[in-house]
Amino acid sequence: MRVLAAMSGGVDSAVAAARAVAAGHDVTGVHLALARNPQTYRTGARGCCTLEDSRDARRAADVIGIPFYVWDMADRFHEDVVDDFVAEYAAGRTPNPCLRCNEKIKFAAVLDRAVALGFDAVVTGHHARLGADGLLRRSVDLAKDQSYVLAVLTREQLDRSIFPLGDLTKAQVRAEAAERGLAVADKPDSHDICFIADGDTRGFLAGRLGEAPGDVVDASTGAVVGSHSGAYAYTVGQRRGLHLDRPAPDGRPRYVLSITPKTNTVTVGPAEALDVSDVRAVRPVWTGGARPDAPVECEVQLRAHGDVVPATVALDGDQLHAELRRPVRGVAAGQALVAYRPDPAGDVVLGSATITG
Amino acid sequence: MLDEALEAYVATAREVGNASSLHASGRRARRRVEESREQVAAVLGARPSEVIFTGGGTESDNLAVKGIFWARRGAGPDRRRVVSSAVEHHAVLDAVDWLAQHEGAEVGWLPVDAAGRLDPQVLRAELTAHADRVAVVTAMWANNEVGTVQPVAELAAVAAEHGVPFHTDAIQAVGQVPVDFAASGVSALTITGHKLGGPTGVGALLLARDVAATPLLHGGGQERDIRSGTLDTAGIVAFAVAVERAVKGQQEYAARVAALRDDLVERVRQAVPEVIYNGAPTDRLPGNAHFSFPGCEGDALLLLLDAQGIACSTGSACSAGVAQPSHVLLAMGADDDRARSSLRFSLGHTSTQADVDALIAALPAAVDRARRAAALRTPR
Repeated sequence: MRVLAAMSGGVDSAVAAARAVAAGHDVTGVHLALARNPQTYRTGARGCCTLEDSRDARRAADVIGIPFYVWDMADRFHEDVVDDFVAEYAAGRTPNPCLRCNEKIKFAAVLDRAVALGFDAVVTGHHARLGADGLLRRSVDLAKDQSYVLAVLTREQLDRSIFPLGDLTKAQVRAEAAERGLAVADKPDSHDICFIADGDTRGFLAGRLGEAPGDVVDASTGAVVGSHSGAYAYTVGQRRGLHLDRPAPDGRPRYVLSITPKTNTVTVGPAEALDVSDVRAVRPVWTGGARPDAPVECEVQLRAHGDVVPATVALDGDQLHAELRRPVRGVAAGQALVAYRPDPAGDVVLGSATITG
Repeated sequence: MLDEALEAYVATAREVGNASSLHASGRRARRRVEESREQVAAVLGARPSEVIFTGGGTESDNLAVKGIFWARRGAGPDRRRVVSSAVEHHAVLDAVDWLAQHEGAEVGWLPVDAAGRLDPQVLRAELTAHADRVAVVTAMWANNEVGTVQPVAELAAVAAEHGVPFHTDAIQAVGQVPVDFAASGVSALTITGHKLGGPTGVGALLLARDVAATPLLHGGGQERDIRSGTLDTAGIVAFAVAVERAVKGQQEYAARVAALRDDLVERVRQAVPEVIYNGAPTDRLPGNAHFSFPGCEGDALLLLLDAQGIACSTGSACSAGVAQPSHVLLAMGADDDRARSSLRFSLGHTSTQADVDALIAALPAAVDRARRAAALRTPR
């Protein structure tokens, strides 16, 4: 197949591209320029899209021996990921920008362009398994598993995706990179949000949305117990950084229960008030088989790297409803609900939907 | 590199010493350098003392633009204006920008017409208005992107009327079109080795005897006290061989390559009727064919043709590798989309009819695909 390898400049995508070549594909490497003003150097393990990353990706392509180009996706990325990220927080939800980037950029804008240019598929260095059966499964390396942020992909997108790293642990990926002579073998992992280089999400949002002071209200008494400078900076389940004026009457810690953009209010309450057993979500995608007519027994994951809980999931048009077997604390609107079917050969992604409450 | 240039390089590198040394091997090296200087001067219509060897085109351009600016401003503090065409190579553009940002230079950017040509009347108007404040005028002999050859002799004559030194970057021109330093009337002229079959990292600035330039590099003063640095004897010898070959073979080369290019242009127009042929139709580098393909992105076309073994170029890329719309096309009045839809095909010594045939065979499908890819930009 003629395949396009998305190369970030990191070790995973470099090894993925090399494996695609080894598998006999005709591979072309592409680095996505996502930042409008690429910074010259990365700082620590944060961020991506720097000049250094672009160069690292090019060097990896040289070593692998494949053509390499840079695609400018900065405008699309800003519209579909960064602006969406800000708008979601402004609406009181908690977005996952990596998931959005997969949904809108890597497996949409990039994949569509690749297909138009005659490529058959896109190869990425995501840690997830996608075998001949077309099922998306967790990586063998559960600590690095990225099936959660890929679960949003549709059948059409998965059919044009190749994830060569799913059967490797991260340590094995690094060892293989070293064996293949790739200089990125010991490059630090990137984490956090790539477009917030300093890791200060609250500061980033404040810069975009401005200060918007409002009340922090206790759910049990209705009393104003503190103030905030922007409700968008809070996430359901958050405990730290609340700066309450006085301790709650029951003396127990308070958590964010909900954010109401309309009244610019952050509502807090005790931990058990966060317990949720009933989750509603919209825009379901179902790729683990035919879309079910009847409720399905499965496991669900409600945030990246979150615990999985047994649940019954039912689909109804554009809605998804999950009844959890045991309550989960802190379910944030905007995150994805991902349904898995436990499987000894790697838990299978059945489908996903965006949590509304 | 040309075989002859490479052989001269290897032979010289094997035998000679430092051209600045006084002992026998140093003298031998010195002799090789001076013979090379005479060789370059002879074929380019310059005197040997007007040839300053440099580390290549970028250095020559910087030395001319900054060096002449500094020297002229030093002699007359009011002379702070630099006049430049809008379509220069970045080695000139960025040097001019640097002078504006760090040396208090004011810049007169001269517009070009739709073919990328700088009208001598535009320069005349500029100099009539500002001549006593102008330190230096710089305008390239031929454009590296769209191939337009400027009326250099006319431009130099206008500058001479106003007593202003005129520099031209002739990197693209030597070996492609006739270039004669004295006859052109320019004060300074940039050439470089790798564009004409010589080594990379060797070039020259031809600088008229009566034009002063302040050095960029200070040290031993090896080159007329204007350029310091131990001379790369082997590189200079190979460079001179390449310059001589390029100039002596220019006419025959240009006739052959222009015929091939004209065939390419004609057939590209047939294959893709809506194509726009950029640049001057006749006053043009023989090996240059530059097109805009409406509805396509140049970098998509490049990827598709590259996969078929056909090498071509888009404009320039930023340091992260992102394709930028060409400042040359924009200066010629193209909009952003047209600038981004552009592609250059360069023909040279090794180009054959079979290369043109291969391009024409691959082009329609590539354009079709690139167009489909570009259509995706429309928000869904």
